[in-house]
Amino acid sequence: MPTMRYREALNEALREEMQADESVFVMGEDVGVFQGAFKVTKGLLEEFGERRVRDTPISENTIVGMGVGAAMVGLRPVVELMTVNFSLLAMDQIVNHAAAVGYMFGGQVSVPMVIRMPGGAGHQLGPTHSHSFEAWYLHVPGLLVAVPSTPADAKGLLKAAIQDDNPVIFIEHETLYGQKGEVPENGGASRFGEAAIRREGDDVTVVGISRMAITAEKAAETLASEHEIDAEVIDPRTLRPLDMDTIVESVKKTNRAVIVEEGWPHGGVGANLAALIQEQAFDWLDAPVMRVTGADVPMPYSKPLEQAAFPHEEHVVQAALSTFRDT
Amino acid sequence: MASRASTTKRKAGSNSGGSKQDRALPAKQKSREILAKMMLIRRFEERAGEMYAKAKIGGFLHLCIGEEAAIVGATNALEETDYLMSTYREHGQAIARGTPPEAVMAELFGKKDGCSGGRGGSMHLFDYERRFLGGYGIVGGNLPLAAGVALAADYRGENDVMLCMFGDGATNQGTFGETMNLAALWKLPVVFMVINNQFGMGTSLERHSAVTDLSKKAEGFGVPGSQCDGMDVLDTEAVIAEAVRCAREERKPQLVEAVTYRFRGHSMADPEEYRTKEEVEEWRQRDPIETFGKRLVDEGVLPEKDLEKLDEEAMAKVDEAVKFADKSPFPDLASLYDHVYVYGEQVKGWYTVDERSPDVHPGEEERDAPEISHKLAQAGAAYAGTGEQYPQDEEDED
Repeated sequence: MPTMRYREALNEALREEMQADESVFVMGEDVGVFQGAFKVTKGLLEEFGERRVRDTPISENTIVGMGVGAAMVGLRPVVELMTVNFSLLAMDQIVNHAAAVGYMFGGQVSVPMVIRMPGGAGHQLGPTHSHSFEAWYLHVPGLLVAVPSTPADAKGLLKAAIQDDNPVIFIEHETLYGQKGEVPENGGASRFGEAAIRREGDDVTVVGISRMAITAEKAAETLASEHEIDAEVIDPRTLRPLDMDTIVESVKKTNRAVIVEEGWPHGGVGANLAALIQEQAFDWLDAPVMRVTGADVPMPYSKPLEQAAFPHEEHVVQAALSTFRDT
Repeated sequence: MASRASTTKRKAGSNSGGSKQDRALPAKQKSREILAKMMLIRRFEERAGEMYAKAKIGGFLHLCIGEEAAIVGATNALEETDYLMSTYREHGQAIARGTPPEAVMAELFGKKDGCSGGRGGSMHLFDYERRFLGGYGIVGGNLPLAAGVALAADYRGENDVMLCMFGDGATNQGTFGETMNLAALWKLPVVFMVINNQFGMGTSLERHSAVTDLSKKAEGFGVPGSQCDGMDVLDTEAVIAEAVRCAREERKPQLVEAVTYRFRGHSMADPEEYRTKEEVEEWRQRDPIETFGKRLVDEGVLPEKDLEKLDEEAMAKVDEAVKFADKSPFPDLASLYDHVYVYGEQVKGWYTVDERSPDVHPGEEERDAPEISHKLAQAGAAYAGTGEQYPQDEEDED
């Protein structure tokens, strides 16, 4: 299987979908001449021209709104927002229109649109560039939410997102763009709502969101080597739709669950998932569902503070151990 | 893509407001101070770039090299009690306003003694004491805040003016039109200064704005505009001073377009494929510091040997700033949760739910968790010393 970087996998997905479907086009800030703030759209302007690779002014709300309009009449826009924080400027169009028009107009239109953005901390981008807002988008009925953590998923899910007839919030992780991984040759679209079991185990279920799936895998190795705990690591890959079956099945086997995310604790992805797990598997649980989250603060710039403000392997190990505390 | 860049027309010197040679030099001492300030900003920025290459500075670093005249000219037009707001390219603004270079460099280093306590970094400098109300990382995000500050000044019957700086790219945000309308409607004492450095990140003015004479862009909202030569410190000061006067005395908000150019990339990670070397070189011929220095020498205001002396003084100040920043400690881990809330007497209930802080949060009961929380905070912070946990193959851009 060929190996490529996360950003290259995304690029391939865009390229293939643009080749396959004339109605797919890309727009966003510096996606053309500059080739993307994170170089995800590299070479696309050259191959597809300005009609289909459109540099926009810095006008997030309007870029997204225009994407919604174009999608309502049958195009398949892929809008790139430079960071997840900038997507907040477009929250109005995303929530009030992208997510809602299909419903409020009685199903007469759909919004087959993808809104891509990088999120996450780790590069000292400070309090206006490095948050994790997947919980906010997960909250909104009408939106699909993808959070790929590997190059293979980045490609497969982006292809699926473009082909899907719903608006998709596609959250990439900024620190993963350079990560390499195997990507199936001529691979098609992945299915939304299909979790990946990254590591099998019988003792505790660890669900990792986005990059935290990787952190969870590392923690699982430590749990095995130092604590004789065999963790099962699940990467949901999409938060809407959510593969609850895989998660619940795992919890019924391990009787313990830890959810790891980079976002804030109040009203987070983990809060939601913990509620669902206890609703669906309460009788199988031997310990409270634990959450590992980002610190409940705006992301600080200073390097030690920033590193202390999002979860690392140690936090996951500690949380997993705490599910055994009273047994 | 070079063909794209070369088709654009950003002729250095083709556009400026007043005929700049008409601006008389100020008194000797003031002329000298102006030059010294621009030199300090230039040397500071150059050194910041070096410190970034040495990984003393993280995140994004946007340098203002080339824009010194626009910054110093504009801030010189303000009273000490006036307010200033800027974008994420704002080291120069802070220094021009009087924030010690030590505190700015320490902020870039993410240190405790930085002017934002290490929390904001390069893009989010702040100095309340000097009424520098911040650098902002969201393009166009500072315009409504600026109008709000002007509203407060007006509300309290104060005479202060807000000078709000932003880039050409910000004129395309919704906040631009919305803020202009309300500022004009409510007759707020605010001057909007668009520092037109010709690019919104990597997209040139002609490619991001239908109207390229930015001084006209707010007229329809009731805010009249003017233009100044942002490469000329005296022209900038004169035009901004008049705009500030209008805002203060006539309660008419103004827009001033300072036409300038950034000599460096958008940030440190910019390959600059969107413009030609020739274009940059052409603008460099109009280097605001060299031209002003030369004029002072030519007109006998400054002995030629003093050019070097002033430059050495600037470099010495920057040396001190780096030394200070190096010595300053990183913020205490225990301070991670400081300033998220202001806690009054009435604190009740949990303000936060995670256990990452070593201390009990306000509103919480004593728990037995702090010991492990402290260990975990340190475990996380330890990653700061191990380099990037997820290294990247190339640098990124915001």
